[in-house]
Amino acid sequence: MSPNTNNYYVPSPSLWPLIASIALFLMAGGFAMQMNDIASGNFVLIAGVLVFFYLLYGWFRDVVKESLSGFYNKQVDVSFRWSMGWFIFSEVMFFAGFFGALFYIRNISLNWISQSTLAWPGYSSWTEFTSTWPTNGPAATQALEAMSPWGLPAINTLILLVSGATLTYAHWGLMKNNRKQLTVGLILTIALGAIFLYLQAHEYAEAAFTMDSGIYGSTFYLLTGFHGLHVTMGTIMLAIVLFRVLKGHFDSHNHFAFEAVAWYWHFVDVVWLFLFIFVYWL
Amino acid sequence: MSTNTATHHDDHGHPTGIMRWVASTNHKDIGTLYLWFSFFMFLFAGALALGIRAELFQPGLQFLEPENFNRLTTLHGLIMIFGAIMPAFVGFANWMIPLMIGASDLAFPRLNNMSFWLMIPAALLLMTSIFVPGGAIAGGWTMYPPLSVQNPSMSVDMSILALHILGVSSIVGSINIITTILNMRAPGMTMMKMPLFVWTWLITAFLLIASMPVLAGALTMLLTDRHFGTSFFDAAGGGDPVLWQHVFWFFGHPEVYIMILPAFGLISTIIPTFARKPLFGYASMVYATAAIALLSFVVWAHHMFTTGMPVAGQLFFMYSTMLISIPTGVKVFNWVATMWRGSMTFETPMLFSIAVVFLFTIGGFSGLVCAILPVDIQVQDTYYVVAHFHYVLFSGAAMSIMGAVYYWLPKWTGFMYDETLGKWHFWVTTIAFNVTFFPMHFTGLAGMPRRVPDYALQFAEFNMISSFGAFALGISQLLFLYIVVKCIKGGTKADAKPWDGAEGLEWTVPSPAPFHTFEVPPTVK
Repeated sequence: MSPNTNNYYVPSPSLWPLIASIALFLMAGGFAMQMNDIASGNFVLIAGVLVFFYLLYGWFRDVVKESLSGFYNKQVDVSFRWSMGWFIFSEVMFFAGFFGALFYIRNISLNWISQSTLAWPGYSSWTEFTSTWPTNGPAATQALEAMSPWGLPAINTLILLVSGATLTYAHWGLMKNNRKQLTVGLILTIALGAIFLYLQAHEYAEAAFTMDSGIYGSTFYLLTGFHGLHVTMGTIMLAIVLFRVLKGHFDSHNHFAFEAVAWYWHFVDVVWLFLFIFVYWL
Repeated sequence: MSTNTATHHDDHGHPTGIMRWVASTNHKDIGTLYLWFSFFMFLFAGALALGIRAELFQPGLQFLEPENFNRLTTLHGLIMIFGAIMPAFVGFANWMIPLMIGASDLAFPRLNNMSFWLMIPAALLLMTSIFVPGGAIAGGWTMYPPLSVQNPSMSVDMSILALHILGVSSIVGSINIITTILNMRAPGMTMMKMPLFVWTWLITAFLLIASMPVLAGALTMLLTDRHFGTSFFDAAGGGDPVLWQHVFWFFGHPEVYIMILPAFGLISTIIPTFARKPLFGYASMVYATAAIALLSFVVWAHHMFTTGMPVAGQLFFMYSTMLISIPTGVKVFNWVATMWRGSMTFETPMLFSIAVVFLFTIGGFSGLVCAILPVDIQVQDTYYVVAHFHYVLFSGAAMSIMGAVYYWLPKWTGFMYDETLGKWHFWVTTIAFNVTFFPMHFTGLAGMPRRVPDYALQFAEFNMISSFGAFALGISQLLFLYIVVKCIKGGTKADAKPWDGAEGLEWTVPSPAPFHTFEVPPTVK
C-alpha cells in the first residue's frame, strides 16, 4: 500500500483517545482516594498508571508505524514542529508559575511578614521574624539548613551541560549518516541523564530538610522535583529514540522524533540553569 | 486499534454506531460532541443557578443550608466556565475552523478526540464530588486559600484533579488549533485573509497555552499544601495566601478573554452577513484582539484590589485595566460601523449579535467602573460584580454562542431552524436575562454581598425580580433545545449558502456539510 502523500494525513478512527480518558480518570480518581486514605485508592491509581503506560506504548507504536510507512508528508512534518514548539512553550509557562511564586515570596511577602506587629497569643515569635532567605517561616521551631550549591548541584549543572553537548554530537552523527557516532552520543546522553537523576535522588535523601520545612522546602522540592520529573521523561524519550536508532529508524532528512526530544532536552537543561541560580545559589 | 490498516479514505461514508463517536477522528463529529456536551453542562450549571435564585427569592433561609448554597455558587461557576462556555467555543473551532480555512481536518485528529474525551472524566469528577463525604467544593470557583486548604472534603481534591485534566485537554486542544491555523490554510488564504473567528481563536489558543499551565502550577501548590505539608499559602511557614490569588488570577484574567475573544469572532462573522457589508476595519479588529490578549497578562491584580497590595501596584493595575477599554472600544465601534447604512435584516443570529454588542458594552462599562480603584473597594464582592461578569459572560459569551448556533445550524443539519421559535427564544432570553441581572447593579451598589444565602430586608424586591427573571431565563433554554432538535429532525431544506450576505469557504460546501470536506484544498484568490 503506497500512501497518498499529496493530501494531509487524517488517521482512521482510533480508540486511543478514549483509553487516555479512562487512564486519566482512574489516575485522578485513585489519587484523590489515596490522598484521603481510602484503602482501594492505591489499586485504582496503579490500574490507571498501567492503562496509561499501555496507552503510551500503543499510541506511539501506531505513530511510529505511520511514520515508517511514509504517511507523513512535508506538511505533517511542519505540524509536528509547530506543535512541539508550542508544547515546550506551555512547559515554560508551567515553570514560570513556580518561579513567579518563588520571586513573589522572596521579594514581597516575606518582607510583609517581617514587618508584622502581630502580638496575638500564639503569634509572639512572628514579631521577631526577619526576612531572610532561605527561611522556613515565622512559626518554625527549628533552624533551617539550606542546600549548598557548590556540591552536588554544581556537579549536576556540569552533567546536564555536557549532556546537551553529547546530544548535539549524536545529532551531527545522524546528519552525516554516521550511525556509530549517533548511537554513542545517545548512549552518553542517556547515561548522563541517569547519573543526574541518581545524584538528585541522593541529594534528596541526604537533605536536612523536607517538603514541610516551610516555604524554602516547598519551593525547593516542587521546583527541583518537577524538573527531575521532566529529566526522567526526557531520559525515557531519549531511550526510545535510541531503541529506534538501533532498529534502523531515522535518516539524515527524516528524524523529527529525534529533534523533538532534543528540543525538549535543551529546554530541561535551561530550566536547570534557572534552578541552579535562583533555587540553589542566590 | 486498527489504526494502520485503513489509512486512506477511499470511502466517503462514515463509521456508524457508538464507534463513530468514541473513536472519531473527524473534526465535525468531535465538534458536535463538544457542542452537545457544553449544552448539557450549561443546563446542569444553570439548574444549580436556579437553586441559588430559589434561595435568594426571599430573605432568610428557605431551602438551603449555607454550606450547600456555597457549594452551588462554586460548582455553578466552575461548570459554566470550564464545562459550558469553553467547550462550546472549542466545538465551534472544531466545526468551523477547518471549513473556514479550507483544511481537511484539524492538524492532529486523534489528539482532537482526546481533548474531547478528557472532558468526560473531569465532568464526572466534578459532578460526583457532590456526593462524597464533606460535600462538594464550597470556597468559590476561585478556590482561595485558606478555605480551600482547610476544607477536609475529598471533593476539593477531586475538583483540583478535574481542573488538571481540563487543563491538559485545553492545552492539547489549543496546540492542535494553533497548529491547524498556522500550517493548514488553503493556498492563498493568507493570515490577513482569514475570517475573524479564526483570528480570534488563534489568539485565544495562545492565551490558553500561556495561562493554563500556570493554573496547573497553582493547583499543584494547593494540592501539596493540602496533603504534602508544603506552605505556599500558609504564612506560618513563610508562604502567603495572597500568593494563590496572584498565581490564580495570572491565569484567571487571560481566562476571561479566552471566554470572550471567540465570541467577538462569532459576532464579527454574523454582523457583516446580515448587514450585507464587509466587516468595517478588519485589520484594526485583528490588532485590537491581539492588544486585548497581550494586555490580559498585565491586569490580573485588579481582581484583588482589596486583598493587600502596595498603592503603586494598585495604580498600575488600575491604569493597565483601563487601557483594555481602548481596543475593546475599537471593536464595538467597528461592529456599529459595519451596520451603519447596511442593508440589514433581523434573523435570529443577527438579533443575538446586536444584543451582544449592546449588552456586552454594558458589561464592559461596568467593568470600567470596577477598574476604578476607589470604586472597586466599594463594590468588591458585591452583586455589582456579579452583574458585571454576567453581562460579559452571559450576554457576551453565551448569547453569541446561541446566535452562532442559529447561524450555522443550516450548515450543520442541512435544514433551516424555525425562525419564529428562534425569535421567541431570543426575546425571552434577552428580556429574562436583563430582568435577572440588571437589578443586581442596584443591589450591589447598595452593598449586598455576593456568596451569602441571606440578605437584608431592603434588598427583597430586587432579589425577587431577579429570581423571577432567572427562572424564565432557565426555562427558555429548553425552548432552545427544542428548536435545535426540531432542526436536526427536519424542516425546510437549506441551501449551501442560506444567508445571501454570507462570505467564506464554509458556504462553498453543501448543507449539511459532507463528512469529509476540502480533502484537496481549495485555492483562495
